Amino acid sequence: MINKISASVADALSGVADGATVLIGGFGTAGIPNELIEGLIEQGARDLTVVNNNAGNGDTGLAALLKSGRVRKIICSFPRQSDSQVFDALYLSGKIELELLPQGNLSERLRAAGAGIGAFFTPTGFGTDLAHNPDGSAKETRVIQGKSYVLEVPIFGDLALIKAESGDRWGNLTYRKAARNFGPIMATAAKRTVASVHTIVELGELDPEVIVTPGIYVSHVVKIERSATQAGGFKGPL
Amino acid sequence: MIYPHRRSKEVLAQLIAQDIHDGAYVNLGIGMPTLVANHIPLGREVILHSENGILGMGPAPSADEEDFDLINAGKQPVTLLKGGAYFHHTDSFAMMRGGHLDICVLGAFQVSATGDLANWHTGAPGAIPAVGGAMDLAIGAKQTWVMMDLLTKAGVSKIVPVCTYPLTGMACVKRIYTDLATLSCSPQGLKIVSLIEGLSHAELETLIGLPIAAASPL
Repeated sequence: MINKISASVADALSGVADGATVLIGGFGTAGIPNELIEGLIEQGARDLTVVNNNAGNGDTGLAALLKSGRVRKIICSFPRQSDSQVFDALYLSGKIELELLPQGNLSERLRAAGAGIGAFFTPTGFGTDLAHNPDGSAKETRVIQGKSYVLEVPIFGDLALIKAESGDRWGNLTYRKAARNFGPIMATAAKRTVASVHTIVELGELDPEVIVTPGIYVSHVVKIERSATQAGGFKGPL
Repeated sequence: MIYPHRRSKEVLAQLIAQDIHDGAYVNLGIGMPTLVANHIPLGREVILHSENGILGMGPAPSADEEDFDLINAGKQPVTLLKGGAYFHHTDSFAMMRGGHLDICVLGAFQVSATGDLANWHTGAPGAIPAVGGAMDLAIGAKQTWVMMDLLTKAGVSKIVPVCTYPLTGMACVKRIYTDLATLSCSPQGLKIVSLIEGLSHAELETLIGLPIAAASPL
């Protein structure tokens, strides 16, 4: 029998290795799996590479993970925000490596990883400073049918931490509003995907027409009580 | 120089909104461009896209109605109109890169006469770079429009022969809406679309320091 429901966050995150690449869903405050990030801090893996759109807000969640000193490198599109002080301090003192990508290249590189695509040519970033590798070398470019493109390679995750709305024991997931963002793509791009959900339902209760992430992409599902805070992504009646 | 007929941000937003056609799919960049949403003429149906997976984005909710699972690219709470849809990030950026959006309106540090855009990074030492979806939007939408003041606070033209700030995209801007004039960009250079009252074609060329073609006759 398949049962991907984990009894606790700690169970779902056991054995994460040092040096892992961790994909973390969320955009701003929507869809950030804060409880899973706290679980990863607790679990203790070090020397991590983190992939997220941003680089943490305030002092909790991703910012707390960065502050714990366990992240060697972050791959993101928009690190600088009004409350990204934890990242800012680490970056300016040279304690964290940053790989900055256009947001669509970030999401498409994750998609490529999950879809078995070896590399792809994209027009985004052509002729800009971001058409360079982290070591400063120029990325390969090509003119195809008169248009200029940059070659981008996949970003594979060892672990993905995502926040969904409802899930079942096969790992099928639905999301809520714009908290969906990177979740469905990151789930495909990692060897192991842990999803937090607010509701666990019996098999068959999720309408197969509305399942966004089929369970094949999901390793563990953990129930987290809905939080009424901004960072929990919910306020007011459903 | 003081221009009594200089366009306020609201007037500029109104001008841009009037140029957005009925049925257009539009992405409004963070900052000043978001004002455009408040000025879409009544009876015109315009569908707003947000990079984080929303089509049919509506106005901000009233106080206490905020839902922090429903935010815009600037991370502010928004609403969804009837007929709106949610989708994941990779679909959202495929929509942008794939040329499905009719118009995007972006702010800018600099625009070149041939439509190169610089709006994501000053390149200053110690500045933390952040790009977000700017590069995807700039090259992806059918038309990229810029909304900005023509001059910096120091009085220097933001329309330049060649961008000195790091580029967002090459030859991607079609039109520049500014407080003093509206211009179009093409490989041939700049052309006047409209000027504020009290500013002549020659004065505009002096301010920008580049030749500008006259407006096409209507």
